Amino acid sequence: MQNLVGYPLELTGEDTPMVRFTNVRKSYGPLVVLDDLNLDVAEGEMVSIIGPSGSGKTTVLRMLMTLETINGGCIYVDGKPLTHMPKNDKLVLANTRYLRERRADIGMCFQHFNLFPHMTALQNCMEGPVQVLGLSKTEARERSEELLELVGMIDKKDQHPSRLSGGQQQRVAIARALAMRPKVMLFDEVTSALDPEVIGEVTNVIRALVSQHKLTMLMVTHQMGFARDISDRVCFFYGGKIEEQGPPADLFGNPQKERTQKFLSAVSEAI
Amino acid sequence: MFDWRWDFVAEIMPRLLWATGNTLMAAGIGYVIALVLGLFLALGQRGSNRVLTTILREGIEFIRSTPLILQIFFVFYVGPQFGLVLSPWVAGMIAIGLHYSCYLSEVYRGGIESVPRGQWEAATALNMTRWQTYKQVIIPQSLPFALAGMGNYLVGIFKDTPMLSVIGVYELVHTANAIGSENYRFLEPYTLVGFIFLAISLPTAALVRLFEGRVRSKMGMN
Amino acid sequence: MTLLEFVAQYWPRLLTGTANTVALFFLSAALGIAIALVMALMKLSSYRALRWTAISYIEIFRGTSLLVQLYWVFFVMPLFGFTIEKFTAGYLAVGMNIGAYGAELVRGAILSTPRGQWEAALAINMSPAKRMWRIILPQALVNMLPAWGNLLIELLKGTALVSLISVADLMFEAKQINGSTFLSAQAFGTALIIYYVLARFILTPFMRWAERAMARKIGKA
Repeated sequence: MQNLVGYPLELTGEDTPMVRFTNVRKSYGPLVVLDDLNLDVAEGEMVSIIGPSGSGKTTVLRMLMTLETINGGCIYVDGKPLTHMPKNDKLVLANTRYLRERRADIGMCFQHFNLFPHMTALQNCMEGPVQVLGLSKTEARERSEELLELVGMIDKKDQHPSRLSGGQQQRVAIARALAMRPKVMLFDEVTSALDPEVIGEVTNVIRALVSQHKLTMLMVTHQMGFARDISDRVCFFYGGKIEEQGPPADLFGNPQKERTQKFLSAVSEAI
Repeated sequence: MFDWRWDFVAEIMPRLLWATGNTLMAAGIGYVIALVLGLFLALGQRGSNRVLTTILREGIEFIRSTPLILQIFFVFYVGPQFGLVLSPWVAGMIAIGLHYSCYLSEVYRGGIESVPRGQWEAATALNMTRWQTYKQVIIPQSLPFALAGMGNYLVGIFKDTPMLSVIGVYELVHTANAIGSENYRFLEPYTLVGFIFLAISLPTAALVRLFEGRVRSKMGMN
Repeated sequence: MTLLEFVAQYWPRLLTGTANTVALFFLSAALGIAIALVMALMKLSSYRALRWTAISYIEIFRGTSLLVQLYWVFFVMPLFGFTIEKFTAGYLAVGMNIGAYGAELVRGAILSTPRGQWEAALAINMSPAKRMWRIILPQALVNMLPAWGNLLIELLKGTALVSLISVADLMFEAKQINGSTFLSAQAFGTALIIYYVLARFILTPFMRWAERAMARKIGKA
């Protein structure tokens, strides 16, 4: 598709962000989902993305996980381009091999968990480390059990997903993603498919991650209170663009734009 | 009303049992061909080559919508017209194997398509290759879905082997025809052949169902 | 001889063969559908005798080969005093065979109709027969039509077997022409193409149309 001109082959320097979206555009035919997106996420930062449905927030995460191609611009992760690769001093669209190499930096949790139903919780966590990272079964088991312990699922490690509640499945899914040791973790509406009474067990795990680990995280969520509590920064998306962003205290406490105010008041009325 | 002769039954039983062996062998060989060839047809259809995909689809449709018996005749008689003589067994196995590989490719395809998109995405998020995704995630999950179809066609191919009698494969019906015309008695041979088919296909179908349930529960899919 | 020359010379026989195949198709389809409906309802009946009759019928016809059934009807039935003309024997065997498979389709579709539909029909005090005929069957019909499309193609293919008891269908004509001319590729090839056209370009589009029409009729599309 498009070769990029004028984009750096690598980001260097002290303030290189962990994730950078540069003029990223995404459309499905005539429908523009993301319009010229620019967004930096620093190392160790927790950024929440909020906004009405159809505003393109999930697309941001799916592009970062390379589940969607992009129609314009470039995404960098850890200083290196993700969607493109350097070739003869230019950036060309990344091939499968390059994508596979770069994808190792990113992990993702899905709204519907997407656990592998034919494997137990432990096998789900060991699958990537053994098959993709090439760890020995013993190492992978050790790492997975440690993570299942962290998410409080160690006593269910031999259960298949069909025997677990939604909240339990999502905790296993978080452990599975962490087992790959990503630098960036993506949470795509991880509580939206859960019953209200089990949302807490998932958000508590994410809270623990934020306070104890220096992971870079992007989270799409509808839970404003949670986003306010744990984010370093909140981005409000509207119509494929970032309408407003800032520290949670500012964005929730004193929104500047009218659309942000409307959205927040509509959400708070619904509660 | 009619005379059923047990002594005649005893006389022809050894021949019928020998023919049962041939029928089972024909079904077995044909099924193995169909299982393997079907997988190639299914994966070929999922490839990115548009021309190949279209040819495969249309070819499969053609074979699936025309009679197997006609295909058996075609394979057996067309070869000699061009100087290639196939034995009844070889022609029969080609025809029946090819016919059922088309059905099995549809079974595999349905199984693969029954795996939710999220599973592909989760595999991508774990950075698996396409081959790893198929081997570790997609095929194990499509198997329980495919097993029912695979089992049906195992029984199906077994029940279609009598068509091989028309080109002279000594399976059950061919043998029953021979016995009938040698002795001018059709009641016993055809009835016995019917019972032999029932005695094999009903338990096989039951075993397939049992096995399917086992696999499902083993994979935690109940 | 090219295919065109071949068709130019033998078309009258191919045409009568095709006409006989189509006639066999309609007769066995009518018989098969009737048997399927009756056997399905019997298998769902609360009377054990009816249920077991249906189960035996279905298992016997699905558990053995169509060819064996055909030979049995044609060669063995006369021993019981029923001498059956070969054309009749042909569509009887094919229709009875398809009826057994169809019964399972009908039963499955009836059972998959949501329970709430039964309850709602009961709540307005419909008789059991009315409930089945007015409420359940129309919905079941829409659900099972796609599967019937496949089954009718199997039926069309099944009719080719009657050539083995010398019914002059398309398959039989192809075999006769092959026997006298040894033009196997042309004879069997033409027959294959005719079967394909019947299945793919007449039967399948008709079933698709029927599916859409039925869906519209019960307000699903």
